[in-house]
Amino acid sequence: MNSPVAYIDKTRLFYEAQGFEAAYQYAANQETPFQSLPKPLSQSRLGVVTTASRYFREDLEPRKVDYGETSVIPERLFADDLSWDKEATHLRDVNSFLPLETLHKLNEEGVFGSLSSQFVCAPTEYSQRATREQDAPEILAALQADEVDVALLIPL
Amino acid sequence: MSLIARHLEQNGIPTIIVGSAKDIVEVCGVPRFLFVDFPLGNPCGRPDDRAMQERIVRQSLELLSEANEPNTTVLSAEVWDNQIWRENYMRVDDGNREELAKRGAELRIQRQSRVKRDES
Repeated sequence: MNSPVAYIDKTRLFYEAQGFEAAYQYAANQETPFQSLPKPLSQSRLGVVTTASRYFREDLEPRKVDYGETSVIPERLFADDLSWDKEATHLRDVNSFLPLETLHKLNEEGVFGSLSSQFVCAPTEYSQRATREQDAPEILAALQADEVDVALLIPL
Repeated sequence: MSLIARHLEQNGIPTIIVGSAKDIVEVCGVPRFLFVDFPLGNPCGRPDDRAMQERIVRQSLELLSEANEPNTTVLSAEVWDNQIWRENYMRVDDGNREELAKRGAELRIQRQSRVKRDES
């Protein structure tokens, strides 16, 4: 049995070795909100959110929330600007991180009521404040407009 | 993404995160988390392995439905083909320390020139 990788420590040591002085402060909270399902999953509309992007982003390019149609499985999505294990794996199979094909199948089986019409591409901002005050409210509003009841969130 | 989960949950939308960075997600604190112990990039299963992807997505939806308290983490039973990535990712050792320091210096120069360009 392997221990989970200690990404917070690894990231700190990696950037220290690159000569960056201040370690990134990951968001830390004592309390966690919890909302029970308002209705059974089989009657719920499911939204889906990814950290990948529909277009190529430069490292320091300004980010914004973006949307794609769930009815069309994208041939590829972009995440060259994000931290993921580019040596161990690849993102050529979109369903390995945005499983639209599987979700359509499970929807047909009746596992959940319906799939949202749009999937959401959430920008992973360095600024936690930007995420909390701009992106998260925009994503909430978009999911509400899509009449989503529950959400599947998949960070790379 | 964990901050987004918390915001949605606070505003009435139950969430499930499927991810591979256990410490980062858990220190933020999320309602429900399916931990898939894979290299970062394919939390929903090995590329082109639809059977595995289906098992992971099914389990995530079960957890979404069945969890009854916050900070619920469940470990997926799926296993990556090899384990070498655990050591290799962001490796720092005597073999690459000099290269990393050089790369860091280059990055700082790039960023400074970008800031200057954006300000001009």
